[in-house]
Amino acid sequence: MIPEIGHFALIIALFLALCLGVLPIIGAARDNAVLSDTARPLAYGQFVLLAIAFLCLTYAFVADDFSVLYVAHHSNSQLPVIYKISAVWGGHEGSLLLWAFLLGGWILAVAVYSKHLPGEMVARVLGVMGLVSVGFLLFMLLTSNPFDRLLPAAADGRDLNPLLQDPGLVIHPPMLYMGYVGFSVAFAFAIAALLGGRLDATWARWSRPWTTVAWVFMTAGISIGSWWAYYELGWGGWWFWDPVENASFMPWLIGTALIHSLAVTEKRGAFKSWTVLLAIAAFSLSLLGTFLVRSGVLTSVHSFAADPKRGIFILSFLVVVIGASLLLFAWRAPKIGLGGKFDLLSREALLLSNNVLLSVATASVFIGTLYPLFMDALGYGKLSVGPPYFEAVFVPLIVPMVLMMGLGPLARWKKFALPELAKRVRWAFASALLIALLLPLTMGEWSAMIALGLLLAFWIIATMILSLHERLGGHGNFMQRARGQSLSYYGTQVAHLGVAIFIIGVTLVSGYETERDVRMDVGDTLQAGGYEFRFNGVTDVQGPNYTAAKGRVSVSKNGKPVTELFPEKRQYHTSGMPMTEAAISTGFLGDLYVSLGEPIPGSTGAWAVRVYIKPFVDWIWAGTLLMGLGGVLAVSDRRYRMRRRTTTNILAAGSK
Amino acid sequence: MARFILPFVIFMIVATFLYVGLGLNPREVPSPLVGKPAPEFSLPQLYEPDKQLSLQDMKGQVWLFNVWASWCTACEYEHPLFMELSRRNTVPIYGMNYKDKPEDAKAWLRRHGNPYTLVVSDAEGRVGIDYGVYGVPETYLIDKQGVIRYKRIGGVTEKDLSETILPLVKELQAK
Amino acid sequence: MRYLLIALLCLLPVFAHAGEATDMAADPVLEKRMIGLAENLRCLVCQNESLASSHSGLAEDLRREVREQMQKGLSDQEIIDYLVSRYGDFVLYDPPVKKTTWVLWYGPFVLLLAGAGTLVYQLRKRKSQIPEAELSAEETQRAAELLNETAESPNQPKDPQA
Repeated sequence: MIPEIGHFALIIALFLALCLGVLPIIGAARDNAVLSDTARPLAYGQFVLLAIAFLCLTYAFVADDFSVLYVAHHSNSQLPVIYKISAVWGGHEGSLLLWAFLLGGWILAVAVYSKHLPGEMVARVLGVMGLVSVGFLLFMLLTSNPFDRLLPAAADGRDLNPLLQDPGLVIHPPMLYMGYVGFSVAFAFAIAALLGGRLDATWARWSRPWTTVAWVFMTAGISIGSWWAYYELGWGGWWFWDPVENASFMPWLIGTALIHSLAVTEKRGAFKSWTVLLAIAAFSLSLLGTFLVRSGVLTSVHSFAADPKRGIFILSFLVVVIGASLLLFAWRAPKIGLGGKFDLLSREALLLSNNVLLSVATASVFIGTLYPLFMDALGYGKLSVGPPYFEAVFVPLIVPMVLMMGLGPLARWKKFALPELAKRVRWAFASALLIALLLPLTMGEWSAMIALGLLLAFWIIATMILSLHERLGGHGNFMQRARGQSLSYYGTQVAHLGVAIFIIGVTLVSGYETERDVRMDVGDTLQAGGYEFRFNGVTDVQGPNYTAAKGRVSVSKNGKPVTELFPEKRQYHTSGMPMTEAAISTGFLGDLYVSLGEPIPGSTGAWAVRVYIKPFVDWIWAGTLLMGLGGVLAVSDRRYRMRRRTTTNILAAGSK
Repeated sequence: MARFILPFVIFMIVATFLYVGLGLNPREVPSPLVGKPAPEFSLPQLYEPDKQLSLQDMKGQVWLFNVWASWCTACEYEHPLFMELSRRNTVPIYGMNYKDKPEDAKAWLRRHGNPYTLVVSDAEGRVGIDYGVYGVPETYLIDKQGVIRYKRIGGVTEKDLSETILPLVKELQAK
Repeated sequence: MRYLLIALLCLLPVFAHAGEATDMAADPVLEKRMIGLAENLRCLVCQNESLASSHSGLAEDLRREVREQMQKGLSDQEIIDYLVSRYGDFVLYDPPVKKTTWVLWYGPFVLLLAGAGTLVYQLRKRKSQIPEAELSAEETQRAAELLNETAESPNQPKDPQA
């Protein structure tokens, strides 16, 4: 009964989405307030129904209803409850429902937090989002219904893929999807502005916080995914340039460009058509990611089971949504005005140059990811594009990007003089260079790549200190001046600091990591990176739905115990899949990472053990955390909260 | 203002590629060995391990070379086709038992029938590497001069056999 | 007493074997070279893993093959050529630069030049198109009003450079 309620809720939600996609847009076009005003109630209704559908599926999982095909395929009665809940989005159909539910949530949020916007704009924005929702609900109901019954019911489920039975994977997909789906708000604002023909700085101001929030979610989602890969896959890598990772990286890069481009558009009313194009591109790339993951056109470790019918559906959906928006863009963009004046040397120009670099970076990820497909389609044979390509292309793009990142926040709006700016930053550059050249000497072998990485990182840090000094330094009340700075100023600095911390992590871990692959008898010790690892053997332990061989490794440094690590080798009961659970001791200066290989045949308790020492690896995620925090600070800026009051004031003043 | 239509044009080109891509199998890797002489090998026979079979022994005839294993489920699906083919006697089929135990292989052949003129064992998978084997079953068609003319990765289907392999066999035998 | 004895007996194997852990590989230097090479090669079975990290049987065979060829004194390039002749360019994560990969390798840099060129051109063009501080169109005016609001808002910090 419950699954049928869920199915029915989805059908009604589709109907409401259809109304939401049609009525308010017609209303806005015909100046019909009655039609326009249907947008909010429809948005609320749709959200309620999607929430019901989502809860129904969650209930089916928690209640072990194996008469639901999707539940039977992705759960098991032995599965811990938390993973039963996260199994809702552990497969294709359910993750699609999560996507639709989150989209409903974003639509609701826009409906609630848009009271200060003109009714016509709200009607169009919600209408466009409604149309997107129609596409996903149709897709789900026609090709991927999560509520399909399995009759007779299975005695027990096939279990959730053990790789996904992990806390990281409980939150990674919702976060990432919040980001993907969140870009639909910026997209809807852009389309609404194109439809209405009123594309001005106010539009940029309205869509800016939404874009930033989506970007923050996406940053968090990607970082959690990368962190999960690091501790779960067992060989200590954190980014593999896999097509699915790239599919999330592309909208992130374009989203980053969009945030910066919106700044120029809001401030100067300039490059509006470019900003609109980026807003369309960010969401289009989110949709493209869905296509790549779910259609089976590319091989990936993460992709869902491929089904050509689904592929055709998503592709048609892509063509309709993206094709129509780009045509609308081609039609309306030429009429967009130029905006305010600024010089070739200005903060605006620096922001736009970064836009060019970010777009080119996105394009190169795009080319690299899809090149095998292009070659195959043209009959030039198969080839692979992997990490060496992306690394070779990325480094030359990142260097100028980071150099400008340091200058951007220091440069004047409208116009700056190069000699003056150069004079201001000369000490910052000199100190960054000095640290970059000397620091590697204290850590081990000196190499040009490490020095370059550190130069970039310390350049950001040095210019940040310079900027803070210029704004907060001098005589008088420091606290007052510190409070006087806007939150978005601090947001920028924190996010940029995050990039610096990230670069330090990447540079040092790839430069100075130690890896040992050894055979360890019980009691054997291993000297690596100044630590002594002692293998104390393996015991069998029972997990809720697996049996594990749990190793005990004690680590000491100069004879003093540091920590104990318990790497596991698990065997899941239902799937029989072996899983390596690495044990990691996380530290400010780096991680000790131990994972169990296989028992050595013919020995008494000896195992193959892999030991990694990963200096500064956590700085990678600390960096992304700071980037996200910067975004949060920027959104909290009172400018956006102010807006609501001033608009109401203006409206109140107008009505008097 | 042609530049504003450019994003649309680029997108449509990409979409066309994606459409074509839906019909392609990204997992299938064409062998660069087709059209090249088959790599030399000399392997012990499955039923008489002290006797070797080498590529030279097949010179002058057109033959099918089927790589299979008892642990490979897809092999069971294509096997009846080879049984049928061996009854028709149109082309000799040689089997290479890939990374398998001889007992398991023999038991498997007892259960499913043996269509092979001769079977060799590649227990360590070394000849497999020379032939670029990566997914069992794989089937090669080799001509009288010892040149690989066709390779099928994965199970051979009835369609492959009637539309591609057998016409090619006829053509090569006539040469 | 008896417990102590049992405890000691339990510890016995620990002492019996205690020693320095031995590398899994017979020749760690060669192993490092092999892994370095294998990291840039794609495993054909589980196709999105490198040959270095894959646990599949074929990957193990291929690692053994690479190791043996290295022992025979073959150069990295010779080993790569050997694998390409059997599996095609597909095994290379680092695709070779040739006619069909020009777009792949040079595309991003062509785009970078084009993007930078377009940006400079656009910036120059619009600078000459916009008359100084003249806001004629209604739309630009609206925009400017809002901008002024932000820029001169009392809540807005004074930018020392502005």
